[in-house]
Amino acid sequence: MSDKGMTIHLKIWRQARGAKTGKFVDYTVQNIQPAMSFLEMLDILNEDLVKKGEEAVEFDSDCREGICGTCGLVIKGTAHGPHAATTTCEVRMRGFKDGETITVEPFRAGPFPVIKDLVVDRTAFDRIQQQGGYVSANVGSAPDGNAVPVSKYYADKAMDVASCIGCGACVAACPNASASLFVSAKISQLSRLPQGGLERGRRALAMVAQMDQEGFGDCSNHGECEAVCPKEISIENIALMRREYMRGALKGD
Amino acid sequence: MSTNRKLDAKIPGGPLALKWERHKMDNPLVAPGGNRRKFTVIVVGTGLAGGGAAATMGELGYNVLNFCIQDTPRRAHSVAAQGGINAAKDYQNDGDSIERLFYDTIKGGDYRSREANVYRLAELSTGIIDQCVAMGVPFAREYGGTLANRSFGGVQVSRTFYARGQTGQQLLLGVYSALSRQVQAGTVKMFPRYEMLDLVLVDGRARGIIARDLTTGEIKRYAADAVVLATGGYSPVYYLSTNAVNCNATAIWRAHRRGALFSNPCYTQIHPTAVPHMGDYQSKLSLMSESLRNDGRVWVPKKPGETRRPSDIPEAERDYYLERRYPAFGNLVPRDIAARAAKVECDAGKHAYMSPYSVYLDFGDAIQRLGRDVVADRYGNLFSMYEEIIGDNPYQVPMMIYPAPHYTMGGLWVDYNLQATIEGLFVAGEANFSDHGANRLGASALMQGLADGYFVVPRVVASYLAGAKLQAVKTDHPAFAAVENDVRGLIGRLLAIKGHRTVREIHWDLGRIMWDKVGMARDAAGLKEAIARIGELRGQFWHELALSGTDADLNKQLEQAARLADYLELGELMARDALMREESCGGHFRNEHQTPDGEAKRDDANFCFVSAWEYTGENREPVMHREHLAFENVELKTRSYK
Ligand SMILES: Cc1cc2nc3c(=O)[nH]c(=O)nc-3n(C[C@H](O)[C@H](O)[C@H](O)COP(=O)(O)OP(=O)(O)OC[C@H]3O[C@@H](n4cnc5c(N)ncnc54)[C@H](O)[C@@H]3O)c2cc1C
Ligand code: FES
Repeated sequence: MSDKGMTIHLKIWRQARGAKTGKFVDYTVQNIQPAMSFLEMLDILNEDLVKKGEEAVEFDSDCREGICGTCGLVIKGTAHGPHAATTTCEVRMRGFKDGETITVEPFRAGPFPVIKDLVVDRTAFDRIQQQGGYVSANVGSAPDGNAVPVSKYYADKAMDVASCIGCGACVAACPNASASLFVSAKISQLSRLPQGGLERGRRALAMVAQMDQEGFGDCSNHGECEAVCPKEISIENIALMRREYMRGALKGD
Repeated sequence: MSTNRKLDAKIPGGPLALKWERHKMDNPLVAPGGNRRKFTVIVVGTGLAGGGAAATMGELGYNVLNFCIQDTPRRAHSVAAQGGINAAKDYQNDGDSIERLFYDTIKGGDYRSREANVYRLAELSTGIIDQCVAMGVPFAREYGGTLANRSFGGVQVSRTFYARGQTGQQLLLGVYSALSRQVQAGTVKMFPRYEMLDLVLVDGRARGIIARDLTTGEIKRYAADAVVLATGGYSPVYYLSTNAVNCNATAIWRAHRRGALFSNPCYTQIHPTAVPHMGDYQSKLSLMSESLRNDGRVWVPKKPGETRRPSDIPEAERDYYLERRYPAFGNLVPRDIAARAAKVECDAGKHAYMSPYSVYLDFGDAIQRLGRDVVADRYGNLFSMYEEIIGDNPYQVPMMIYPAPHYTMGGLWVDYNLQATIEGLFVAGEANFSDHGANRLGASALMQGLADGYFVVPRVVASYLAGAKLQAVKTDHPAFAAVENDVRGLIGRLLAIKGHRTVREIHWDLGRIMWDKVGMARDAAGLKEAIARIGELRGQFWHELALSGTDADLNKQLEQAARLADYLELGELMARDALMREESCGGHFRNEHQTPDGEAKRDDANFCFVSAWEYTGENREPVMHREHLAFENVELKTRSYK
C-alpha cells in the first residue's frame, strides 16, 4: 500500500429500477484508508461517479453503526461481508488488501425484489410482523411494571432474540430463501415472556402462514442464516418456532 | 431584530401537579366509534414519538396516515439509542419521585425549559415503563424478576431502565409492534420510503402534506384534519454527528418557512463520549454510551504535547480532570460540562496520543475492581464496536473519546398542547423544543418521545379535533396544487444546477463552519463570521452543486441535496440565535460569559426566555419573538456539580 492508501477494484451489481435483471459493472477506487468503512468507500465511489455525470450506485444505509438494519450487501459472496457478527456498515477496509477485487451484490431472494442497484424491497418482513408479532396491549391498559416478575434467565433469553435488526441477511444467505430465523426470533422473544405468552399459538400460526404466503422457502437446516446473522441469533429458535406452531395447531391458543 | 408577538403557551391553571389532570378534564373529547374514524391524522415519523402517536391514535379509532423515510418504520433513528430511559418509579427506594425527576430535568436543562411541560413529562414517565413491559419489551431484570436500573449523568438516583446497550431498539420495536397491529387492524396506513417535503395550509390551518415517494420520485398530496410532525433531530447540520445519515430538518424547516416559529436553535448537545474524528472520509461519529462513565475514568496526560502511549504514563502524570474539578459528581457530571471540559484540556495541548482531539476513558480500575467478566457483561457490545472502528482493544488500552454533536434541544415552538404556531400542526419528540431547555440529561429523550407519542399527542390532538369545527378539505383544493408546485420547482432547481461539487463536499464545509464557530464554545466574532460564511456557502451550493440521475427515480443524492439546502438555512439561524443569546447556559457556551474558573454564566435577568424565530423569506433576516419563562415552583440557581 502506498501512502495514498489502497486501490480497490469493485464489481458492483447495477440494475435499473423496474428492470427484470442487471449486470456487474467494474469500478476502481483509489486512496482507500484502512480505517474507512466499506460504505464510506462506496460514498467515495459515488462522488467520483457524480462528478463524471454518471448515476451513483444506490445502496441503503442509515445508522452506520450496526443497529438499524438498513444496510445489507453481499460482499465477496457473503451477506454483510466476510467478518462474523457484523453488519455491512461495520465492515472496515482494513480487512481487504491493496489491489483486491471485491464483488458487491444486493440481498437476493424472491420475496426481496430489487428496487434499484443494491437496494431491495424487504416489506415482506413488515407484513409477517403485522400478522401477530406483537402483544395486544393498548396504551393505557398496563399494570405496574413490577406486577409480573420475569425471571432474569427468560428476560435475557428474550433479549438475545429481540436484538434481531430485521436486516434480512438470513434470507439472503439461505439456499431456500427461508425467513425462518427472522420469524422464529420474534416468536421466541414473545413466547418467553409472560406478557407475550397469552397469544403464542395464534401468533405462531399466523406469522408462519404469512411467511409461506410471501414466498419464503422452508428451512432445511443448512445453518447459513445463523452464520451471517450480525446479532448471532441462534438457529435453536427455529426448533422452538416449530414447537410453538405445533402447539398452536393442536391447542388452538 | 426582535418584536413581541404574543406567544401563548396555554399552560393550564392550578397547581403544577394537577395541571395535566385538570387539562384532560377541561378539554373536549371525541366519542368512540364512528366519530373518530371520520378524522384523518397525518403523522410524519415512526420513531418513539411518531410511531407511538400513530399506533395509539389508531388504537383509539382515528384514521392515521404514517410516513417515514426508511424502508420500514422499525428503523427510525430512535433505534440507535443505547443507554436507557428514565422514569420516576423509585423501584430502588433511593429517594426518587416525580418531583425529583422534574427538578433534575429542569436543573439539567439549566433553567431554560417550561416548568409545566417538564412536570408532565416526569408524571407520565412511570406509565411508559408499565406500557413497555406490557408490550413485551425485554428490559434488564434482577435475579428476583424485578426491573433493573442504572444511573446516568447529572443525577444522584438510579432511575434509568435499560435493555443491554440497545434500549432505543427495544423501545422502538415495541412501538413498531403496536404499529404493526394497527396496520393489520386497518386504522394506520403506512408510507415507508416517503419524505414529506412541504406542509399545506388551508385557511391558516395545517391540512396536509406534500410527500415524495422515494422509490419512484412521484410527488403526492395527502390531506388530513391535523398534522403531527415527529421527525427527530437535526444534528447532521454539523455533518459529523452521532445521528443516522438520513436524519434531517426538512419537515420542520419547511413548516417553519410556512409560518411555524423555530425555537432555541442554538441549544445543541455535544455528547462527551463519541469515537473521535479520525479522517476526512468519515461519515459519522459513533456514540459510546454515557453509561460507560459509570465505571470508566476520564483522564488526560498532565504534560501538554505528551507523545507516550497511555500505558507508559505513570499514575502521577495523569490528570483525572472531571474528578478533580467536580468532586461531587466526578465522571458523572452532565454532558455539556463533561464535553466542554474535554475541549478545555485538548485546547491546552493535553490529549490522547493518537489525535489532538481525544481524551482517555479508562477501564483499568474497573477491571481490577469488578473483574473482566462483569465489565464485559455491562459494556461488552460497546467495547467490540469500539474495537471494530478504532482497532484497539479497550480491555487493554484506554478508549479514546471526544465530544460529538448528538442531540438538538431546539426545534419548532409548541405550546403546552404541543401545537405549533400554525393551528392543527403538532410537533412531538426531538423535533420540538419543549422539554430539555438548554441541555438534555441522559435517558430523557426516549422518555419524552414515548410520553409525547403514547400519552400527550393522542390527548391534545383529540381535543383539537373535537373543538376545531373543520371544513372538509380534499387534495384537489388549490392550496395543494400551489404547494406541490413549489416542491416541484425546488427539485427542478436542484437538478438544473449541474455544477462540480458533490453534496458531501458542501455538507462537509458546512459542518466545519458549524463545529468551529457554533460548536462547544462560541463568541461574537466567530458567530458573525459563521453567518457570513454560511451565506456564501449557500450561494456556492446553488451554483456549484453536482447531481446526477433524475427526479423520477430512486436518487439518494437528490434526497440529500434537498436536505442540505435546508441545513444551509438552519445553520445560519443557529448562529444567529447563539449570537443573540448573550449568556452561557447548558449546551450554549459563550466565551464572553464565563466565571473565573471557566463555568457557564447565565443571565436570568435578561435571558430567561425562549427565542422563537419567524421566517421572513430566503436570504432575509428572521424576526425573533420571545416566550418569557416563569419559574413558580423551582428557584433559579446556579447549577453546581462540584
Ligand atoms: C446514538 C444515539 C444514542 C442515543 N441514546 C439515548 C439514550 O440512551 N437515551 C435517551 O433518552 N436518548 C438517547 N438518544 C436520543 C434519542 O434516541 C432521540 O432523541 C429520540 O429517539 C428521537 O425520537 P423521535 O421519535 O423524536 O425521532 P426519530 O426516532 O429520529 O424518528 C424520526 C422519524 O421521522 C422520520 N422523518 C424525518 N424526516 C422526515 C420527512 N421529511 N418525511 C418523512 N419522514 C421523516 C424518520 O424516517 C423517522 O421515522 C440517543 C440518540 C443517538 C443518536
Ligand atoms: S446502516 Fe444501520 S445497521 Fe447498517
